[in-house]
Amino acid sequence: MKAEYATLINRKPALPEGLAKLVWPVAALTLLLVFNAIFTPGFFRVEFRDGYLYGSLIDILNHGSKVMLLALGMTLVIATGGVDLSVGAVMAVSGAIAVEMVQDPTASLAAAVAAALSVSVLAGAWNGALVSLLRIQPIIATLILMVAGRGVAQLITKGFIPITQHEGFTFIGNGKFLALPFPVTIVAIMVLLTWAATRKTAIGLFIESVGDNEKASHFAGINARTVKFVVYTFSGFCAGLAGLVAASNIKAADSNNAGLFLELDAIIAVVVGGTALTGGRFNLPGAIIGSLLIQTLTTTLYMRNVNPFVIPVYKAVVVLAVCLIQSPVFRAQLAAPFRRAAA
Amino acid sequence: MSETLLQMRGISKTFPGVRALDEVDFEVRKGEVHALMGENGAGKSTLIKVLTGVHRRDSGTVLLEGREIDPRSPRQAEEVGISTVYQEVNLIPHLSVAENICLGREPGFCGMINWRGVNRRARKALARLDLDIDVSQELSSCSIAIQQMVAIARALDVSAKLLILDEPTSSLDAREVEELFEVMRKLRDQGLGIVFVTHFLDQVYAVSDRITVLRDGRLVGTYEAWKLSRLDLVGRMLGKELAETAQQHAPPPEVAGGRRQALVQVRQLGRRGSVEPVDMDIEAGQTVGLAGLLGSGRTETARLLFGIDRADSGHMVVGGRQTRMSGPRQAIRSGFAFTSENRKTEGIIPHLSVRENIILAMQGVRGVWSQIPRAEQQRIADQFIEALNIKTPHAEQAVGNLSGGNQQKVLLARWLATKPQLLILDEPTRGIDVGAKAEIEKLVNSLREQGMAVLFISSELEEMVRTCQRVIVLRDRVKIGELEGAQITEQSIMQTIARATDEG
Amino acid sequence: MRFPIATKYIPLLGTALVLVLVYVAGAMAYPGFASLYTFKLLLENNSFVGVAAIGMTFVILSGGIDLSVGSVVAFTSIFIAKLIFLGFHPLAAIAMSLVLGAAFGAFQGALIHFYRQPAFLITLAGMFFARGMGYVVHDQALGIKHEFYSESITNWSIPIGPGVQLGLTAIIFIACLLVGLFIAHFTRFGRAVYAIGDDEQSATLMGIPIGRTKIAVYALSGFLSALAGVVSTFYQSSGWANNAIGFELDAIAATVIGGTLLTGGVGFLAGTGMGVLILGLIQDIINFQGTLSSWWTKIVVGLLLLLFIGLQTLVTALSRRRIRHVPAVPKPDKPAPAAA
Repeated sequence: MKAEYATLINRKPALPEGLAKLVWPVAALTLLLVFNAIFTPGFFRVEFRDGYLYGSLIDILNHGSKVMLLALGMTLVIATGGVDLSVGAVMAVSGAIAVEMVQDPTASLAAAVAAALSVSVLAGAWNGALVSLLRIQPIIATLILMVAGRGVAQLITKGFIPITQHEGFTFIGNGKFLALPFPVTIVAIMVLLTWAATRKTAIGLFIESVGDNEKASHFAGINARTVKFVVYTFSGFCAGLAGLVAASNIKAADSNNAGLFLELDAIIAVVVGGTALTGGRFNLPGAIIGSLLIQTLTTTLYMRNVNPFVIPVYKAVVVLAVCLIQSPVFRAQLAAPFRRAAA
Repeated sequence: MSETLLQMRGISKTFPGVRALDEVDFEVRKGEVHALMGENGAGKSTLIKVLTGVHRRDSGTVLLEGREIDPRSPRQAEEVGISTVYQEVNLIPHLSVAENICLGREPGFCGMINWRGVNRRARKALARLDLDIDVSQELSSCSIAIQQMVAIARALDVSAKLLILDEPTSSLDAREVEELFEVMRKLRDQGLGIVFVTHFLDQVYAVSDRITVLRDGRLVGTYEAWKLSRLDLVGRMLGKELAETAQQHAPPPEVAGGRRQALVQVRQLGRRGSVEPVDMDIEAGQTVGLAGLLGSGRTETARLLFGIDRADSGHMVVGGRQTRMSGPRQAIRSGFAFTSENRKTEGIIPHLSVRENIILAMQGVRGVWSQIPRAEQQRIADQFIEALNIKTPHAEQAVGNLSGGNQQKVLLARWLATKPQLLILDEPTRGIDVGAKAEIEKLVNSLREQGMAVLFISSELEEMVRTCQRVIVLRDRVKIGELEGAQITEQSIMQTIARATDEG
Repeated sequence: MRFPIATKYIPLLGTALVLVLVYVAGAMAYPGFASLYTFKLLLENNSFVGVAAIGMTFVILSGGIDLSVGSVVAFTSIFIAKLIFLGFHPLAAIAMSLVLGAAFGAFQGALIHFYRQPAFLITLAGMFFARGMGYVVHDQALGIKHEFYSESITNWSIPIGPGVQLGLTAIIFIACLLVGLFIAHFTRFGRAVYAIGDDEQSATLMGIPIGRTKIAVYALSGFLSALAGVVSTFYQSSGWANNAIGFELDAIAATVIGGTLLTGGVGFLAGTGMGVLILGLIQDIINFQGTLSSWWTKIVVGLLLLLFIGLQTLVTALSRRRIRHVPAVPKPDKPAPAAA
């Protein structure tokens, strides 16, 4: 008689897996908010002035919009077991194209946006081709655009920082819709679209399958190459959108600084939100909460007059905490004294 | 030289739920080539791992040259004189031959390396094997056969007394195998004890002095090679004594309508280094079995049919069209399905739920846009959970948490859900209890009666005899026979496998 | 020892070829480009990238990556400036910062090894941490006023030609390169680094001490990053926590252009040295040109990266095809100690 291999786990999980992974980031975010409620006067004050909402909570949503957009694309890329380091540079390129095209206040907004987004999608497709067709490691493949991208952006703006007063364009980053800053609307739409695309078509299943076990997915008839190509292209699109918001925010295209290091923030947000760097199950709400966590942290520190240049130290703590929590070795070390006590 | 080198007595090792070794005795003399044989799950690999310190034994003693040893790591085993050369040749591909031989122990002063000394020492180690190659060349530029020699040379350089060769010939051609055997005989004559783990019947007889057979974690016996006939050896490995006359099972009835045009015609389909060109016909409503020992090329043949590997020669005729499968997607579109024997690496998507694993291939066929509605996914999953009696608390359980047997059932459900024309099953009942096996057999049989064809690979002869109308026998990557209908008995299969190669 | 033109040397030859081409192109286009003096400047000005790139090469060879390099450079520069400001002798400040750099690197290496976390994330945290801590030390740029800097250092140079002296920074670069070459090719530690990066599993089975080697490699990178920071203070006679932003990318680019695979196990320190010079030359050519703006450097570097990565992919694919690896029999499913 052949033997059985392992015992069953018969308990039904307390929470569905996706929600369970959100516990940590939500707890951390709640902790931060509670801290602010106690120690930061005026943090939760929301005013309704001239038909619009104002306050630090609104600021968090507004400023965090870029990372949230990046995090949407980054989540799917990481879910396939890859990473996209080029998104910051693509933001710069997107902003450069758009601002160049709206120098004239009567220029067509649609054309500028279409051009910027098309190029961003192409950039994503470029990454996708390198990874899926040429089978180059994602870190290396996206590194190329990360390095060259800003150069290309500066090429487009001929080294200047072009500014614009184009009404339509400046609305993207500074306008208001339904009493909230417009970027919030953009994020909301993208979150809905991404959620719908991944859960209402089979692509979400395929992404998770390919990221979890590419070989088995291949054997099951899933076209792993196409799946990977698509997620990098989508990441490019998200970066393009974020670039438009960033450029519109400052009404200019600053190729050197647009999106600088935002790819790192996006990666942290995704990992904090419960998607493993190794790929597989992804967690979109988690990525959004992760982005909010980072932005809330940054805003909290600003409001407490911490030197903005020292903020990275706090981010380092967050990253380290995520790494340690994820590490089974660390968790075992934590549990050891409890286990010994119970024995 | 019949002095005892290694003596393992009463070795037992249990893993959760499995008794991998049960009071096994194993002895190797100095100056001997001792073959260790057994089918899947026999315990060969565990015994070696206990010997080399990868696992700790639960009970028993291990004596090397009369002294008790208890290595806790491969490094410690190496230090007492036990070295292993693995099938995958665990060396560093981009370092030179000489470096690989001396890595970690390079001659030199205070952490610095004396390269002339390294090369000299490497050449000396290789000379013991009568090998004279450029030791400064990169290891990966050498053939696998040479790489294995380098691994052996490294083992000798560490002053091995006992050399374990784990499936060394799987990647070698005939000439290289002979060269390896020359080296083995030479080392044996120098007094080394060699444990030769293999499943190639002919090779065992070519080079071994004694043969030990394990089965289901227990010792079947240790025999002098010249005293044990092939048939006896095969019988002991599969657990059938010739005297045990297996019942004549009536072969299952053909689908009504008699013989028709084959669903799949395979003509001279082969792949260099994988399986020699093979012919076979598979008809609708028929179960064709691929029989043979481990490593005979059965899985390789299945992989060629399903397009996982590209064939070098030959073709298939499917639905009247000549083709060579370019990949699993094309195979699935032609109505094929394949459950791999390596369910962990090639089968299950561990973090996805039972439901998702079951509908995965089906969804792949329908494409991205046409998502199977959740309610229907649920229904299909529940249907198969019930039909195959999959033990899971609910359909959302992650498949990685299920026992091996239930994972296998989930895999089977995945492919049955695609309603295939040809279902290729590679060791589908491994790790499944008797009751579950019966359920699976029943389900597959009913589908077969509705016209599905089945290609069935299994190491269990009774299963084959009970379910197949035709059995193709493979040995050492060559098709050596075909049995039909009433010819199919356990004896006839074993006899076909054991038939000596010089019998034309 | 024979030198067959093995496939593994192709990327290195490619790097050498590019170096020669770029140099010749510059020499033909601009008079004075090919002078000894310009060459000395090339070595001196790129010394700090070079030193850091040597450390980065070791880390990448071991199969890891170190994103904290730029931040450590910046931290070191402001740390030294602050210590001198507080009255310490420059040599003491330098010594302390080197020790600190090595310790920081070792700490990262320990976290990566013992907790089995990706080097990417851990050194990312390190990057943020060091960057922020630089501002904690001193949040403005800080000048260094000490006769050691203004006088002694300028005297520490060696003549290499008529009227041409090779400055201290270049000497440090060359020294580090030579020592690095020695470590990589003549010590057990160096060979262990290559082995681990190439096939960690096999290296473990062969008895290589993985933990010790990995921690040492990150410590080395931290040390060299700190040394690069020291060199940067020699250039500017000041320190600033905002220095060297994105610097790790330059170190990585030099390493990749030098023929080192980002997957580890394959690579050349000599190549990294050449890669640093190539990057420096490109910058010089663009400066000489005058009309092309500096962002072209980024584009050219990106193209070079693409070229070399493409070359590496090709070489890997070719060598894999040459050894038409006979697929081994798939390992049977053995009963595993953990849940299947």
